[in-house]
Amino acid sequence: MSAINPRALQTSAEVLSNKKVGAYHHMVFAVDGLAQNARPGNFVAIAVGGEASSLVLRRAFAIYRSSDKGSAGGVIELVIAPHGQGSKWLASREVHDHVDMVGPLGTSFGIPTEPVRALLVGGGYGSAPLFGLAEVLKSRGCRVDMVLGASTAGKIYAPLEGKRSVSSMTLTTDDGSVGIEGKVSDALPQLITENESEIIYSCGPMAMLKAIQEIADKYKLVHQASVEESMACGIGVCMTCVVPIRREDGIVRMTRTCIDGPVMDGASVVWDSNRKIPEGTWGA
Amino acid sequence: MFNYSTKISGTSLPNPILTASGCAGSGKELSQFFALTEIGAIVTKSIMLKPRSGRATPRMAETPSGMLNSIGLQGPGIDLFLENDIPWLQSQDARIIISIAGETVDDYAVLARRVRALPNVVGIEVNISCPNVENRGMVFSCHPETARAAIENVRRNVGGDLPIIAKLSPDVTDIAMIAKEVVNAGADGLALINTVLGMVIDVNTMRPKLAQKTGGLSGPAIRPIAVRAIYQVHESLPKTPIIGMGGVATGVDALELVLAGASAISVGTATFGNPTAVMKVKDELQALLLERGFTNFSDAVGFAHRPENG
Repeated sequence: MSAINPRALQTSAEVLSNKKVGAYHHMVFAVDGLAQNARPGNFVAIAVGGEASSLVLRRAFAIYRSSDKGSAGGVIELVIAPHGQGSKWLASREVHDHVDMVGPLGTSFGIPTEPVRALLVGGGYGSAPLFGLAEVLKSRGCRVDMVLGASTAGKIYAPLEGKRSVSSMTLTTDDGSVGIEGKVSDALPQLITENESEIIYSCGPMAMLKAIQEIADKYKLVHQASVEESMACGIGVCMTCVVPIRREDGIVRMTRTCIDGPVMDGASVVWDSNRKIPEGTWGA
Repeated sequence: MFNYSTKISGTSLPNPILTASGCAGSGKELSQFFALTEIGAIVTKSIMLKPRSGRATPRMAETPSGMLNSIGLQGPGIDLFLENDIPWLQSQDARIIISIAGETVDDYAVLARRVRALPNVVGIEVNISCPNVENRGMVFSCHPETARAAIENVRRNVGGDLPIIAKLSPDVTDIAMIAKEVVNAGADGLALINTVLGMVIDVNTMRPKLAQKTGGLSGPAIRPIAVRAIYQVHESLPKTPIIGMGGVATGVDALELVLAGASAISVGTATFGNPTAVMKVKDELQALLLERGFTNFSDAVGFAHRPENG
């Protein structure tokens, strides 16, 4: 077993179902042993476009849910936003098609040993890994409150079965088409106070995560953020998905979000680093 | 019985399939997917004297059949590299080609002394062609004088059988001329080709997509450039072993480079799309050579150069 990617397998995953849900596709894959070690926060990397494709890079997708039981063996569920050529190709796969999948990859959300009051915050399809996390937290006796935001109602991913594990669900949209009009960060201060939240788990665009960190700092809350940087490989070899992280020794290092993330301690991230390197930064 | 072994100057390898520097991390990342002893050698990421943050993000843009990168030689520096990465690779029994990159001609001498006598190290790749560095003038391999000076500095510090492999940029008018310079300066072999300098402009922001503006193009898009460069250099220096690379993702791709004159093949960008790409290339190339009646890999090297009636 390697020290990096220690649980990862490469498999030919069969599409078991593909359903359009709002702006997204909910896809289920039969993955044999790959699901066995998947934890909330992990992701998979999928080759797209087929044999003769001009798309040479793997696409990373957060695992929505996983299970290693049932007649189909291991199963991985993903929520796909068909934005680019690769995700559109994947979303157009039909039942019984196969895709080349590598996973589980990356870090997972840390689960507290004692029951805590957790606030889960998701932006757009960033809500995907939070439902599996909510189930685990609830099974550990945690109170789970969730807030999901998007630009408009159709871009909020909040399936009915996902809501069972949460004590409260708050929605925000930029256009006010559902829930509170505004950003998720606008809703946070009140939710933190009302629910006496002790920890924030988040997943979504970097700007949202940065805003959440500012609030976490203000309320002195632990913030586990699943960050989003574009990846070429997903397994730690390409060095493209880095963010500056302040390590325990105080030194900032450009750190790979595929192997040392995607879930990172929000307080360690030097936010606002797009297109610049913080002074004094080292290599990994 | 198929003989897959190859020779790079004084070094014999059990098979000619290698990783490409900067495309295999420290080796640990890939070892979950295959045993590193299965391939000819692992070529490590170009290491510099000091820790280096690399470039700001975005560092990467996918392009048709390729990608642009401007990592900027992010790395831990030679001290931590020798403390952490090399002992681990040695513990795996991997054959190692260490890639070094300098900011000055003197850096190459210092780095060469640090890496010249390490167990399992079967070669030194001298990266004199990385186009990702801040100063365009730092591309040693684009000028015969600086290319020669860097290689001479390594040669003065490395004796015996350890091959010195100069990695060249295709961004020159006459790559065979640069190749002759570095071979005259003491290079035992050549690594061809490094990435090709390119740019992508984001039509939504209407600015260059990479933070560094330019980046190195790699992947199948550059393969014909690699085939041409290898063919030209092999033609002018038929005795100099070439490690060929540039968009190899399948056995067919690798065979093309071998026929052009490559004695070994590095698989780079394909690993990003498929962690087991090196193994796929290794298996497919062997099958293709057998199909064509080759029982020795080395007989296929440069086979495209045979006379018309041969």
